[in-house]
Amino acid sequence: MSDFLRDYLTVVWFAATALLLSGLLLGISAAIRPNKPNYEKLMPYESGVDPVGLGWSQSQIRYYVFALLFVVFDVEAVFIFPWATQLERYAGFGLVEMGVFVFVLLLGLVYAWRKGVLRWV
Amino acid sequence: MLAIDVLLDKIDLTAVLIVLFKVVVVFIIGLVATMFMVWFERKIISGMQNRIGPNKAGPFGILQTLADGIKLFFKEDLLPDRADRFVFRLAPFLAFVPAFLVWSIIPLGGDFTNGKGGAIKIFGRYTLVQLADPPIGVLLLLALSGIAVYGIMLAGWSSGSKYPLLGSVRASAQMVSYEAALGLSIAAVLLVAGTLSTNGIVAVQTSLSKWHVVATGVVPFVIFLIAATAELNRPPFDLVEAEQELVGGFNTEYSSLRFALFFLAEFMNTVTMSAVIVTLFFGGPQPLKFEQGSLHFNGNLHLGVLNGTVWFIAKLFVFLYIYVWFRATLPRLRYDQLMNLGWKVLIPASLGWFMLLAAQRVATDNNWNKWAVSIISIAILGVCGLLLMAATRASAKNREREGAMF
Repeated sequence: MSDFLRDYLTVVWFAATALLLSGLLLGISAAIRPNKPNYEKLMPYESGVDPVGLGWSQSQIRYYVFALLFVVFDVEAVFIFPWATQLERYAGFGLVEMGVFVFVLLLGLVYAWRKGVLRWV
Repeated sequence: MLAIDVLLDKIDLTAVLIVLFKVVVVFIIGLVATMFMVWFERKIISGMQNRIGPNKAGPFGILQTLADGIKLFFKEDLLPDRADRFVFRLAPFLAFVPAFLVWSIIPLGGDFTNGKGGAIKIFGRYTLVQLADPPIGVLLLLALSGIAVYGIMLAGWSSGSKYPLLGSVRASAQMVSYEAALGLSIAAVLLVAGTLSTNGIVAVQTSLSKWHVVATGVVPFVIFLIAATAELNRPPFDLVEAEQELVGGFNTEYSSLRFALFFLAEFMNTVTMSAVIVTLFFGGPQPLKFEQGSLHFNGNLHLGVLNGTVWFIAKLFVFLYIYVWFRATLPRLRYDQLMNLGWKVLIPASLGWFMLLAAQRVATDNNWNKWAVSIISIAILGVCGLLLMAATRASAKNREREGAMF
């Protein structure tokens, strides 16, 4: 196994420990806690009155639009991170390239802004 | 790379024991730090509000979290009728496990003097005081904070109830918005450090002037602090669980130990995010050194292998305190203000500063005229900033004409 993977293996061990602990706690708790469900207890909470309609109601489209916009910036991170660590190697050429890239990216943001997507209310 | 090298290649008992020992120790430190943070926050905030706070369980009420945990342990666990049963059960794990995993890549101590790279000697072997040092530690950090969104998102969605659903859509929009700014301010650190490994990032911050908070200019640090607070859903960005609007937010339908897991994950995230700030910007376990004339201090507290850990904890405390301070001082933002701050201020500012920093560094490397580069880049940034401000003002005026309230 390469050096590269070994450290991840430890992270996996750690994740397993965390999973194990939380699973164990839930298991022990399930064995000793009381369990007397009834209709009122299992109703969705709606400030004490009977719930109206389904819980999965529709929500604003804006949340979705922001998620889409985020994808743009996440893709950008894919380019920026490797470049940032190798700045010296690409020097001036890389700088100009990145400048152009960031400019295009900002154009996208400005376009969204102009379209009123960033306006919440 | 010393961290886990010992594993697998030459499997011997000492090596496996060291890894096991580290996993257990780091895990316990994580749990204890979380429990401590809950108590610390309650105690400090009660001090700021002229109350006494928890004072019954143990000295100064320090065992309060444990008492609460035991109470939750014996509580009935309700699974709402309308919930999606599988996802409802899965969500607490998705929140809890990533919160813990971040802890594994933080350098918790070590000896960084004279280029030792943070290795200390235990059981006759050199090892890092850090569970794992993957070469792309910072990306792992970002990935884990991305998974943490799923925990909150799915918890709210699967409850089949209105308040949790609202809380979770708010959470996902808020967290992805600020993740962009968070990533860009980390990119500024990477620019200076030149590595993605957390151990490497700490190793280059040898003196106060090389701490990234100074080396990157203070702007990325400020942006990171704001974005991190928003990522954590902590006040003043706690719209996800705004009690006055959403009852408990995404965890309204959760009870008993499942709720406890969310609660722990939240505080765990606060502790790890403070640790990340210390690592990225304040030199992690690197001691604070200064030399002023005859007065000089090399940061050695004569504690042997614990020297780095003590420095790390001291710095960690500052940020834990700052988070509590935020909560006590700042009123909650309105949702549109939150989005405006994220998209219209933090993202352009961090991108601009990132390019400025890159230009500066390339100029230094190639012996270009530093002043010319600075002036040109500041001029470009200034023009962009003015354009942005003009656009914001114009749009505000337009909307006022349309009769909007704000």
